[in-house]
Amino acid sequence: MDQIATSIGQPNITSIVFFLFFICATLVITYYAAKKSRSASQFYAAGRSVTGWQNGLALAGDYMSAASFLGIAGLVSLRGYDGLIYSIGFLVGWPIIMFLIAEPLRNLGKYTFVDVVAYRLSQKPIRIAASIGSLMTVCFYLIAQMVGSGSLIMLIFGMPYELAVVIVGMVMIMYVLFGGMLATTWVQIIKAVLLLGGATLMVFLILLHFGFSYGEMFKQAALTYGDGVLSPGGLVTNPWDALSLGIALMFGTAGLPHILMRFYTVPDAKEARKSVFYATGLIGYFYILTFTIGFGAMVIVGQDVIAAMDSGGNMAALLLAEATGGTVFLGFIAAVAFATILAVVAGLTLSGASTLSHDLYVSVFRSGKSSEEEEVKVARIATLGLGVVAIALGLAFKGQNVAFMVGLAFAIAASANFPALLLSILWRNFSTFGAALSIGTGTTLAVGLIIISPTVWVDILHNPMAIFPLRNPAIISMTAAFAAGYLGSKLRPDPEASRRYEEQKIRNYLGVGAE
Amino acid sequence: MPTDRPKGSLDAEMFQKLVVRKWKVSLTLAAIMLVAYYGFILVLAFAKDVLAYKIGEHLTIGIPVGMLLIVLAWALTGVYVFWANSSYDKSVKDVLKSMRRD
Repeated sequence: MDQIATSIGQPNITSIVFFLFFICATLVITYYAAKKSRSASQFYAAGRSVTGWQNGLALAGDYMSAASFLGIAGLVSLRGYDGLIYSIGFLVGWPIIMFLIAEPLRNLGKYTFVDVVAYRLSQKPIRIAASIGSLMTVCFYLIAQMVGSGSLIMLIFGMPYELAVVIVGMVMIMYVLFGGMLATTWVQIIKAVLLLGGATLMVFLILLHFGFSYGEMFKQAALTYGDGVLSPGGLVTNPWDALSLGIALMFGTAGLPHILMRFYTVPDAKEARKSVFYATGLIGYFYILTFTIGFGAMVIVGQDVIAAMDSGGNMAALLLAEATGGTVFLGFIAAVAFATILAVVAGLTLSGASTLSHDLYVSVFRSGKSSEEEEVKVARIATLGLGVVAIALGLAFKGQNVAFMVGLAFAIAASANFPALLLSILWRNFSTFGAALSIGTGTTLAVGLIIISPTVWVDILHNPMAIFPLRNPAIISMTAAFAAGYLGSKLRPDPEASRRYEEQKIRNYLGVGAE
Repeated sequence: MPTDRPKGSLDAEMFQKLVVRKWKVSLTLAAIMLVAYYGFILVLAFAKDVLAYKIGEHLTIGIPVGMLLIVLAWALTGVYVFWANSSYDKSVKDVLKSMRRD
């Protein structure tokens, strides 16, 4: 490797100062939130006091992970146009959330999307099934984030991997344990503002370099690396793969438990709609910035330097920050990336803990008979447990390539969570058996097919040929989950559930009785 | 599970109309998004060269098309919010009023 003149990988005083400031500010918020988060509604849903605009920022914060900021910028810098394909895929699920599930979710549920699936079905079996889908999604996403964060922090600050994972885990536990949803929401908001602000500033510096002309930037990219960087290249080779990935990204977004949980923090459906509108705008803007940052890095830093630092291109945005704004700006962006990791992990943990306490402990083990204090206590214990598990998994998977886990989390969300959620909202004759079968089929197929797909079978297990040809299973597993839901409901109908559909409809469309 | 059935009977016809109208809007907008996105994916998968078509000396049509998809996704959510927060919510109020009258 050529020696590159950069201070990435060394502890940088600016980034440490910025990062400590972020930690202090968010812990102060957690301290104030702690006083409030005694009731279940406060702990899980911030007392439903968040405004549409705040929730829009928080949703964007939950969704814009360090992986998508650094990863997509890196992908664009090395592959050009192909990186944009991912950006688009990550955004198009949001309109679907808005048109199909945002309002029913807000009007029918209490704290988790499992509430909606279970609304008129037999509580125990459906809560268990839906919780499994929800927890699997959260766990795989969490592992990917923890391992990714450890490696990133190691690269950015030169800090030992283990120390990074433990710091992320501990701080995240504090946010959720003491501050609940209120603190987590504010952590997301601050992080979203920092990330969007930092990325905007970086794009401003890039455009300054090119005399505020995108044309000039593309021209220089094409002159150096050939016209190929401006058009689709080799990333999408198999048409079915492209389609399947598209399905996973679009419908997976509409099945992510930590995203769906945010709809309970706003007072009503009107604010829920507004928050999706703001979130979609902010995330779209963010991806356009990321695309620009990728091309900026390609031209200003150069592909050789980016690839030499990290073959995945993950350091492109940071190298660009240093090239355009010096060590101070590098420190700022590095601290923002760290903060971003913390916030996303906190959101995931909170949603996992809610499912463990609200959907499993209270509704299944205690058959709905549990005091609120007890429920919040169990949620806190679950938070602590999940935090420790997250740290342990982060350490256990050290050095593993876990990129496929994000794909897996989206595939499970699209196959296990989304079909059951949509069918229970839309279909009168959806039965308990049908729902359980749909969730079971979706989860099993998504996990099973990814294991025998090229992603795991060839890349990780080093077998010569994959048994299942597609890298992402969503096209099969989601279709099968819908079919299983239909067949199961036909085989074992649930007259009581169908009868209660009218009542559900009134609440769904009119918001009558929604908390 | 609490019983949330509102007092008074529901004007079934009025409610049904509301539900149908809501799905007309939702599904139309969803269909536009689906056609646009999967159209893009299919072109990408089967006719990549279309996106590589040059519209300037150093600009392919793929770049503005990609950007437009992002803007379209946002604009569609905007259309929905505008419709729902004005027209739909007003109809909901009307239905609720008719329930109280009974």
